Amino acid sequence: MIKLSNVEKVYRTDKIETLALKDINLEVKKGDFLSVMGPSGCGKSTLLNIMGLLDSPTRGKIEIENRPVNNLPDKKMAYLRNHKIGFVFQSFHLINDLSVVDNVEIPLLYRRIPGSERRRKALAALAKVGLSTRTKHFPSQLSGGQRQRVAIARAIVGQPEIILADEPTGNLDSNMGQEIIDILMDLNKKDQTTIVMVTHDERIAEQTNHIVRLFDGSQVN
Amino acid sequence: MFKNYLKIAWKILLRHKLFTFISLFGISFTLLILIVITSFIDHTVGRQAPENRQNRILTATYFRLTTESGGNTVGPVVSYYFLDRYVRSLKTPEAVTISSFHKNVITYKDKKKFNFALKYTDGEFWNIYDFKFLEGKGFSSADVEQATPVAVITADVRKKYFENQSAVGEYIQLGENSYRVIGVVDNVSLLRILPYSDVWVPITLSKANLMEPKIVTNEFPGYFAAVLARSRSDIPAIKAEFRKHLSQVEFTDGHFNAIWGGVERYSETISRVFMGSMKEPNLPGLMLVLFLLMLLFMILPTINLVNINISRIMERSSEIGVRKAFGASSKTLVGQFIVENIIITLLGGIIAVFLALIILSIINNSGIIPHLHLVMNWRVFYKSMLIAVFFGFLSGVYPAYKMSRLHPAEVLRGGE
Repeated sequence: MIKLSNVEKVYRTDKIETLALKDINLEVKKGDFLSVMGPSGCGKSTLLNIMGLLDSPTRGKIEIENRPVNNLPDKKMAYLRNHKIGFVFQSFHLINDLSVVDNVEIPLLYRRIPGSERRRKALAALAKVGLSTRTKHFPSQLSGGQRQRVAIARAIVGQPEIILADEPTGNLDSNMGQEIIDILMDLNKKDQTTIVMVTHDERIAEQTNHIVRLFDGSQVN
Repeated sequence: MFKNYLKIAWKILLRHKLFTFISLFGISFTLLILIVITSFIDHTVGRQAPENRQNRILTATYFRLTTESGGNTVGPVVSYYFLDRYVRSLKTPEAVTISSFHKNVITYKDKKKFNFALKYTDGEFWNIYDFKFLEGKGFSSADVEQATPVAVITADVRKKYFENQSAVGEYIQLGENSYRVIGVVDNVSLLRILPYSDVWVPITLSKANLMEPKIVTNEFPGYFAAVLARSRSDIPAIKAEFRKHLSQVEFTDGHFNAIWGGVERYSETISRVFMGSMKEPNLPGLMLVLFLLMLLFMILPTINLVNINISRIMERSSEIGVRKAFGASSKTLVGQFIVENIIITLLGGIIAVFLALIILSIINNSGIIPHLHLVMNWRVFYKSMLIAVFFGFLSGVYPAYKMSRLHPAEVLRGGE
């Protein structure tokens, strides 16, 4: 599904170079549920951003479904993000000016889908995360757990094959965190969605199929 | 998609009311001034009575003549004799009129003093310009030939001089002459300089020696000719015919030896005066200068709006990151932001239109320019909205470009 070969990421400022990722070789298979673990600043988020085409590696190769995607033009990258990938972030990143259902519709705005169809799909995604009764609410009226469920609905509304979750439980208490993990587990088992999740929490990582550990930008398995 | 943009644009307007007020105030004030200027231009050159046929009317007004020694004279300088010989003789037009510009005359009635504009003209004048007659009619070519002392007056003259009573058949005293009123027309704005007057009388009643064979006149206020084309497609042929006549001018005055001028649209004349050293019309040049002036006027409000927009965009970096992550290309985001900005400027434009209605009526009622009647018609409205969209585009492009360059990985790293 996703294959990284010899991926390296260097951040350059005027004077210093920081090596964020070093020689990463990783293959995520279809239907896999993978955790990425490691201490703060070890490059977990950078790795996820590179997989999600939000950032480009300094060296190395990324393939999605066996097609190299390193140097695609902006429009093609946007197309891949829209159709193949769904993101879940630690701090939700919902748009506060839009209602729950409008937030969930966002990925569909960038496809040629009529408004009624968009609405129907968004409501279905919200039903899947158990938020059918909150569709007209605004993000500020929801609890943290509910917000993250909206974010998951947004990530799955376009039926992507891959979900990339960056510490999805990081801002939640353990009960709410477990709820979110259960939803992700369910998506992985029932819909065969491939999931890559960054986490700090050993107990949560243990529930996934594989764990990749990073330290100072390098894989340490 | 568009509905979603609209929702966001509206929410953002409500989010920072002070920012919104400053933006909208700047936008609507800028657009207000541009709308008032547009209305002035429309009132001066747009289609309206008595120049409803203006797309078929060409005029000969401003000329430039030079002498061998390098001297020259410019302006509405040509004589009645010149216009009669070289314009009235044109074969292509449907009709030709030769009139004087207006001059002011003072007259008294019942110890009251009046100051009226007086124009000498001919019978064709009433066929080329379509005045709205409230009473009676214009004088005929026969009246002009026989120098019948008749006059056409405006509603304003009727109101002041005849105390709003029916005026046709009554007499009006101007200087030493008394004229029988045969028609009353609607008031004409001074900005319609060629047809404008308060009183019109046959040109043969003028004391000037009209047919004195000189090209340049030193009589005040000078003469002009207006030509009505049978159709718009005849216009090039009329211009060409006049150019031919101009090349055959006999310089009877002695020292002049070259002449420039044309039978042309009024806007072309203006462009010749301002852009073509009085020699050749330069309408594209004039339009470019007007456009640059508009741009210059818009620069400061645009920079102001650009600044406000950039700070608003930085506040929305999380939204931009999310949209990019979920499949918006940079181009789509630029489009979204420009659309949002155009919505805001259009809103400012609508406010400006309402403010303009108030300002226009204040200007109209101030009496600075006689019989000025600035209006907000569809032409002005549509141009104003076009200017608003252009302004929205201008002030949206740079912030949108900056926004599209935001790095999604960086803006999504932080909190909400």
